[in-house]
Amino acid sequence: MRDQGLIIGGLAVFLGLITFPITYNVMSGKTSEPPKLQLPAAEKQCVAPIEYMKASHMKLLFQWRDERVRQGVRTYTAYDGKTYTISFTGTCLSQCHTDKAEFCDRCHNYVGIRTPNCTDCHVDPKLIQRSGE
Amino acid sequence: MIISRKRFLQVTGASLLVAAGESRTRAFPGLAQGEAPALRAAELKAGRWAMVIDVAKCAREEGCTLCVDACHATHNVPAIGDRAREVKWIWKDSFHKVFPDQENEYLAAEIRETPVLAFCNHCDNPPCVRVCPTQATWKREDGIVMMDWHRCIGCRYCMAACPYGSRSFNWADPKPHVQKLTAAFPTRTKGVVEKCTFCEDRLGKGQLPACVEACPEKAMAFGDLLDPRSLVRELLGSKYSIRRRPELGTKPEIYYLV
Repeated sequence: MRDQGLIIGGLAVFLGLITFPITYNVMSGKTSEPPKLQLPAAEKQCVAPIEYMKASHMKLLFQWRDERVRQGVRTYTAYDGKTYTISFTGTCLSQCHTDKAEFCDRCHNYVGIRTPNCTDCHVDPKLIQRSGE
Repeated sequence: MIISRKRFLQVTGASLLVAAGESRTRAFPGLAQGEAPALRAAELKAGRWAMVIDVAKCAREEGCTLCVDACHATHNVPAIGDRAREVKWIWKDSFHKVFPDQENEYLAAEIRETPVLAFCNHCDNPPCVRVCPTQATWKREDGIVMMDWHRCIGCRYCMAACPYGSRSFNWADPKPHVQKLTAAFPTRTKGVVEKCTFCEDRLGKGQLPACVEACPEKAMAFGDLLDPRSLVRELLGSKYSIRRRPELGTKPEIYYLV
């Protein structure tokens, strides 16, 4: 073990370099900080419990899609008895999450999941307002 | 801690009961909350929707396209100039093109050239539905041949099957060609087939189809074919009517009074 110092020192430098992205983010406090989402101003309560919406909002959207298009169901009764019109543009994007970029996209970008192509067809009302101004 | 067999069974049984109760309230949220039945807007319902078009009334105002404009504005239908790529839900064509089976070559010239409205016939035996491999198009119980644009894969079998040319394909993103985008109705996307839906969305809100409402001459009548007292049945019972290519067996449900 003549080069003990060199080997251990080299390993330390190597480990330091390879874990740099992680340590850097931890030091700067970026990873521990979740994205700041723009929450609805008017509504306090979502159509389902927050935890369910965080984990399974796509399940609910798919359920809405199938009920509305294929079964002709137009209203959704939430878990607390409140009723909502089944409409992505008219309810989700108009009444609550009026800024898709500050809500949907921001979180999807943070977790690295591509935002689904809903707004390719379902017109974001905000875009119309902007173009109308 | 030593637990007796009796105690173990008691505890296990009790926790299973609690778990079962929990999942039951989750599966039927209404049971737990004691919800009130939802109030619904007056929805227009029918056993079999159909349309009757009075060709003479429709032709009264020359060059009128109010119904076409109303439909295309309501449904974000793009205005693409190129005929090979155009998208249309409702349009006007000359009598002899809409009714090629009326082959009488000595038909009065004015009738041959009379513009006639054409759109999806919402057939009772729709060939488009039979060929769709994904069930993106299907016939509802009230007769509307509906489309689920989420499910359309753009194979265009339905376009080949439809003998009326009622379906259009989006060769490119239609949004830039929509004159005035409305958020009340979705647009379509590249690679999707579209057509008239008998204003299924408006019917659900208690409104008549956009074209029917827009016509100042009241040339289009919309109603329930199964109701003998409905306007459509009244018109069909009082005047002679024809349909587009009934010999094909598609049972079209748009009737033309001539």
